[in-house]
Formats: sequence, C-alpha cells, structure tokens
Amino acid sequence: MSDKAEMVLFWVFALPLIASAAGVLVARNPVHAAMSLVAAFFFLAGIYVLLTAHLIAFLQVIVYAGAIMVLFLFVIMLLSLSDAELGFDRMSALKVAGIAGALAVLAVVVMAIQATSGQGMAQVPEGYGTVRAVGRVLFTQYLLPFEATSVLLLVAIVGAVVVSKQRI
Amino acid sequence: MVPVTHYLALGAILFALGIAGVLVKRNAIIVFMSIELMLNAANLTFLAFARQTGSPSGHAIAFFVIAVAAAEAAVGLAIVIAVYRSRGTVAVDEVDGLRDP
Repeated sequence: MSDKAEMVLFWVFALPLIASAAGVLVARNPVHAAMSLVAAFFFLAGIYVLLTAHLIAFLQVIVYAGAIMVLFLFVIMLLSLSDAELGFDRMSALKVAGIAGALAVLAVVVMAIQATSGQGMAQVPEGYGTVRAVGRVLFTQYLLPFEATSVLLLVAIVGAVVVSKQRI
Repeated sequence: MVPVTHYLALGAILFALGIAGVLVKRNAIIVFMSIELMLNAANLTFLAFARQTGSPSGHAIAFFVIAVAAAEAAVGLAIVIAVYRSRGTVAVDEVDGLRDP
C-alpha cells in the first residue's frame, strides 16, 4: 500500500474514532453511549489493521464490540433506569475540573510523545500479527501469563455470580 | 507510512477522553465505558510501539489487556447491579456509605 493511501485510511478511521469516543461522553442516554462505544471499537479495529495487528483487530471486534458491549447493554436494560436517574451530570465546577484534569494529562502525554526519538516504522516480516505469529509468542514466551489469565477469568466468573446474586 | 507519533497522539486523545468521562459522568455504567476507552488507548499504544520495533510481544500484551478488560467488565457490572439492588441508584456520588459522617 502506498504511503498516501495509508495516510488517508488512517484519517478515515481516526476522525470518526475520536468523534464516537466523544459521543460516549456527550450522550444523555446510556444506550446511545453504548452504541457510540461500539462504533469507536470498530474504528479502532480498523486502526489495528493499519498497524498490521490482524489478530488483535479480530479480537477487538469479537470480544469488545461483541461480548463486552452486549454485557453493557444487558445491564443497562436490566436496571431500567428512570429518566430522573439518567443524564444528570455533575455540577459545573466539578465538570470544569474534570475536563481540565483530562487536558492536563493529554498535555503531559503529548509532551512525552514529542520527546520520543525515531518516527520510522520497522520493516515487519511476512505474517506479522497473524494468529500463527502471535500464538507462537503466546504459547512460548508468555505461557505462564496465558495460563494465569484463564485462572483470572474463572475468578471473574465466580466473583460476578457471587456479587450479583441476591441469595446463594 | 504513517509515523508512529500519529498513533501515539490518537491513543493520548482517547485516554484523555476516558479520563474526562471517569471524572465528569455520574452514571456508573458510563464511567465503566470510559474505563474501557482508556484500556483501548493503552492497547493502541502497545500495538503502535510493537509495530515500530517489529516485536510481537506488544500483541501478546494487548491480548492480555483484552482478557483483563472482559473480566473487569463482568465483575464491575455485577457490582453495579448489586449497588443498584441495595441503594436504588447507580449515581457514583450518591453511593458514599464509607464516607465520614
């Protein structure tokens, strides 16, 4: 892919990504916020493909946009919040402080990015970021964390059931 | 070739939006969505650096981040349901049972 086409694709994914991520914050209805977040995850998957991270892009769509967001929507509908409980944000002084804090973090990170050296991308081998390449790393170098992740998921399942069940 | 700083700046913007959501919003579910946004920003940074150095380790870390995010969402939303059952609200500043009287 030519450099120019790649740059165009980057902006095609990046601008809607920022817009839909901001939509999560400005939406009054939680369902609209969840839908905006699903859109953001899809655009982020496109960015991942540009980074030749194909496996992670697929996982992003399947796990995040699929499983996790369905969980969010289930909880939103399960709670069936009344209009009085929705939409009212914090008072404006705290809101200004929150936005100022976020901007301060953004400024610090941007300054750190500007201090990094070397903007070029490495030449990656054929098959970089595919299931085969990532799986090879996952099952050799990161085998112990991988197995620990399965224990973590088991603990999360048991914890979610224990916490949300009324009587056991 | 898109320079790596573009991806890093995009991750920084996403992270700042997530922080703003955690600090500003009252609805606990929206706060959780903002946390997911911040986790995704970290993932994007990992993948950008992995692409810059050509190492596959960043992909493995991103995989673990996705797994941990799934676990966090399950437990966190269970806590939201439990709080709603006992307090009748999901507004984060009305759940202040541990505050000094």
